[in-house]
Amino acid sequence: MSHLTPAVGPADHVQGPRDAGIVLVEYGDFECPYCGEAYPELKALQQAMGDALCFVFRHFPLTNAHPHAERAAEFAEAATTIGRFWEMHDLLYENQEALDDRSLVGYAAQLGFDKALIESTLRGDFAERVRHDFTGGVRSGVNGTPCLFINGQRYDGPRDADSLIELFRRQD
Amino acid sequence: MSSATPVTVEIGQPAPDFTLHSTPDQTVSLSELRGRPVVLVFYPADWSPVCGDQVSLYNELLAEFRAYNSEIIGISVDGVWCHAAFAGDRKLHFPLLADFEPKGDVARRYGVYEASGGTSQRALFVIDADGIVRWRYVSPIGINPGADGILDALDKLPRKQGSSS
Repeated sequence: MSHLTPAVGPADHVQGPRDAGIVLVEYGDFECPYCGEAYPELKALQQAMGDALCFVFRHFPLTNAHPHAERAAEFAEAATTIGRFWEMHDLLYENQEALDDRSLVGYAAQLGFDKALIESTLRGDFAERVRHDFTGGVRSGVNGTPCLFINGQRYDGPRDADSLIELFRRQD
Repeated sequence: MSSATPVTVEIGQPAPDFTLHSTPDQTVSLSELRGRPVVLVFYPADWSPVCGDQVSLYNELLAEFRAYNSEIIGISVDGVWCHAAFAGDRKLHFPLLADFEPKGDVARRYGVYEASGGTSQRALFVIDADGIVRWRYVSPIGINPGADGILDALDKLPRKQGSSS
């Protein structure tokens, strides 16, 4: 149970070398406060691990609990089409308190979305891509957000940078 | 710990029937659901303090469960008013049953009562359209088991003609 089912592939959002010794996949929700807490920890982790770590983000919006999470994820996907996924990812986590449509459109404009892309995003053109991540997450045993997979295995332990660095150093 | 022989519900055996309150004036019986697969989710308590908790997760997956024409039901030892408040707060769209009087009776009959804590264990059962237990999983109490096991078990059920709505 609880093994990452869709393997990391070309469609994934990746930071770091894909052939790194440690591949960390986060299933996250931009409106989830626990994901917000994990955000700076995972950044610190990436910094500490350098090229030894490949970090992958997949969407898992919990739409009943978080009414803006789905739309936020769709804007992140839309940002991918202009090569700015990670900038949107960071902007959303740094502004978790303001994820209403108006704010999202503001972030989009800031990152250089044109009017057509904003309209297309608001129409839901990126919903299917988000759903694809979500469904894969369900099949992989995602049990809440954030949910981390380390080299394909679900990780239920502490998510602070120090604990994860310690864990990875031990695995070396 | 009780010295009574532990009850276990075996794969391939009929699931013990029960009737429990889902609201103060409504009850649900397992036998009423015959003809559709049923996912029974025993969980320790309402108001678990994490936002991505188990019932909230399943609430997000109702479309997935419906694709199998299955019904998902949560069961805990909490009372109906507690369930009503919890379901309202979390905007849950599936029934929570109150295994409240006698407390934990159904959990005991499924072999998943945890006497030391006075709650059920975190246990999942997939029951087929004929009321036969096809899969069970008991998770460590602190670990949310996710839904992959449930969906894999639903995948393995024989597809009945015309069962997809």
